Amino acid sequence: MAITMTDAAADRVRHFLSNRGKGIGLRVGVKTTGCSGLAYVLEFVDELNPDDEVFDQQGIKLIVDGKSLVYIDGTQLDFTREGLNEGFKFNNPNVNGECGCGESFTV
Amino acid sequence: MALLQIAEPGQSSAPHQHKLAAGIDLGTTNSLVATVRSGEAQILMGSDDQPMVPSAVRFVSEDKTDVGQSALDAAVFDAENTILSVKRFMGRGFAEIANQAEQLPYQLVDQSGLLALQTRQGVKNPVEVSAEILKRLHAIASEHLAGELTGVVITVPAYFDDAQRQATKDAARLAGLNVLRLLNEPTAAALAYGLDSGQEGVVAVYDLGGGTFDISILRLQKGVFEVLATGGNSALGGDDFDQAIVGWLLEQTGETERSAQSLREYKLLARRLKEQLSQVAEADFVLPLGDDEFRGSLDRATFESLVQPLVRKTLLACKSAVRDAGLQLDQVLSVVMVGGSTRVPLVRQTVAELFGQEPLTSIDPDQVVALGAAIQANVLVGNKSEQDTLLLDVIPLSLGLETMGGLVEKIIPRNTVIPVAKAQEFTTFKDGQTAMAIHVLQGERELVADNRSLARFELHGIPPMPAGGAHIRVTFQVDADGLLHVTAQEKSSGVVASIEVKPSYGLTDEQIMSMITGSMQHAKADMQQRMLLEQQVEADRVLEAVRAALASDGHLLETEERKRIELQLTELQQQRQGDDPDAIKVAIERVNNSTDQFAALRMDQSIRNALKGHKVDEV
Repeated sequence: MAITMTDAAADRVRHFLSNRGKGIGLRVGVKTTGCSGLAYVLEFVDELNPDDEVFDQQGIKLIVDGKSLVYIDGTQLDFTREGLNEGFKFNNPNVNGECGCGESFTV
Repeated sequence: MALLQIAEPGQSSAPHQHKLAAGIDLGTTNSLVATVRSGEAQILMGSDDQPMVPSAVRFVSEDKTDVGQSALDAAVFDAENTILSVKRFMGRGFAEIANQAEQLPYQLVDQSGLLALQTRQGVKNPVEVSAEILKRLHAIASEHLAGELTGVVITVPAYFDDAQRQATKDAARLAGLNVLRLLNEPTAAALAYGLDSGQEGVVAVYDLGGGTFDISILRLQKGVFEVLATGGNSALGGDDFDQAIVGWLLEQTGETERSAQSLREYKLLARRLKEQLSQVAEADFVLPLGDDEFRGSLDRATFESLVQPLVRKTLLACKSAVRDAGLQLDQVLSVVMVGGSTRVPLVRQTVAELFGQEPLTSIDPDQVVALGAAIQANVLVGNKSEQDTLLLDVIPLSLGLETMGGLVEKIIPRNTVIPVAKAQEFTTFKDGQTAMAIHVLQGERELVADNRSLARFELHGIPPMPAGGAHIRVTFQVDADGLLHVTAQEKSSGVVASIEVKPSYGLTDEQIMSMITGSMQHAKADMQQRMLLEQQVEADRVLEAVRAALASDGHLLETEERKRIELQLTELQQQRQGDDPDAIKVAIERVNNSTDQFAALRMDQSIRNALKGHKVDEV
């Protein structure tokens, strides 16, 4: 079981964490909401929860709660540009269907 | 799939509910838009990869409008349809700008008192022109954030008055933007440096832009920034530095301004030399001179001697702003540098010497205001929970209303922290008065004539009552954006009238300063004038009341007594025309004394009338 990151994503996460000046890592996960079931969570982490699993990736702590992990296991986090917009993207092998915009998904 | 940003812990938004926020620095020369992404404030660049959008709007044809660099470039050959520095016209009356008409390349139009410009696309007012700049920034932000903006924070100079702030909000509305709040530019700069979470104390923001200089003294207390004082010079900036170099170049080449082939070429060169000298000690240049060319170089020392007098001017303004804030220079905790001209080493060095400390310069001085606005916008849309930055500002000039005799009653004194609401009760002056005119004023002087008129409205439907019987509560409310709402309500009947103040013209920084200093210089004369007017109003009231009483109950008096009272009234009438408040006061007292007896007689009579026909046990 693992979550990975591309180099581009790792660079940006490192930059944003140092800019923020605090935080132990990056939370990746899912929550139930949205137009087709589940939505991704991407947050700074200041404190660990008891059911969190920590993956050390390129010197960055990726933190996933146990419940989320089953939905996103094997996911690779990427950072990309689309036109002027830029941001993180989940390449999740578990996804069966997405809503039109891809912000929420089903497994 | 959609691209995601890193949220604060617990602040992840539901799909399609991203709270996108942007900060906008709507500048005189350049405008910028910024946002906070993954916790970092960043400038959003247009498709040309330039952080700054020149605040230039060109009406190219009947249905085409151009904004930014290409519009600015067209100003040379299409000046009449290319509006530059529109910020200077925001919220200003036609009459205020009309005297500058000759220096402006535009056809000015009087739009019911407000200034407007005749262009190829018809008459455009400054709000519409500003909206074009905001539309461009809006488009840049939407493209970057791949979604509609929830709200924006737009910065304005600390000295902007209600009219100028309202005009800015109107422009944003026209551009389809939801304004979360207008933020003072110096406050935004302080926010960008994170001073709001630092040590409490006084912050000076030194803002030397292309054409204007502003100094603001802020105080941070309990996470709140308060503007203590503002000052500056609306006609001093980097362009004047360029002009000083142009003068020197003309001297070197021996040309006169008139003969110089292209003054524009000289200006561009001057600008380049200035920018180079921020990095290197000496800069070379070549200028075409007739058929030949002129080679020379400008060193930093010469450049500094050229601009030294200009920099010194800014120091004077700094000192007087600090003094106006009631502080000493050494009480300033940090100094923030804003505006491209603060890159000049001499400026930094001189400011450092004045305040006895190194100013903050680590953030790009052209971008610092927009970045601060973005940080504030991000907090206001609710993307940050832990930190509830609540920014308060103060009103620059006192707000009040006109009372009898042309006097001003201040309701909200200047430097009051906004938002604020204050109420005061007023009453009627005449018997049976059924309406009251409310005249809203701004300024520090005692007399209506010396202050600035903001608005007038009337409260009708007051039930007829004896003079002084009605209770009219007037409430002044200033919202977080500095906009004023005035309400008047008569208590017994509940009739209400109110007005939202959208004054028809604005004030410059200097005018505000001169209004404040004027109030100090004229304080004594104003007080005397006030005392005189107060006595005159009181005299009128007494004259009116006693004459009304004589008309209705004069028969109660002995002829001698009545003559004596009438004599006193004539005496009071005469004194009232004079300008000695003490003499009027004495005359009023005489009338009051001589009518004591009369008042008693009238009282007896009204009691007798009331009791007439009633039995004792009924009373």
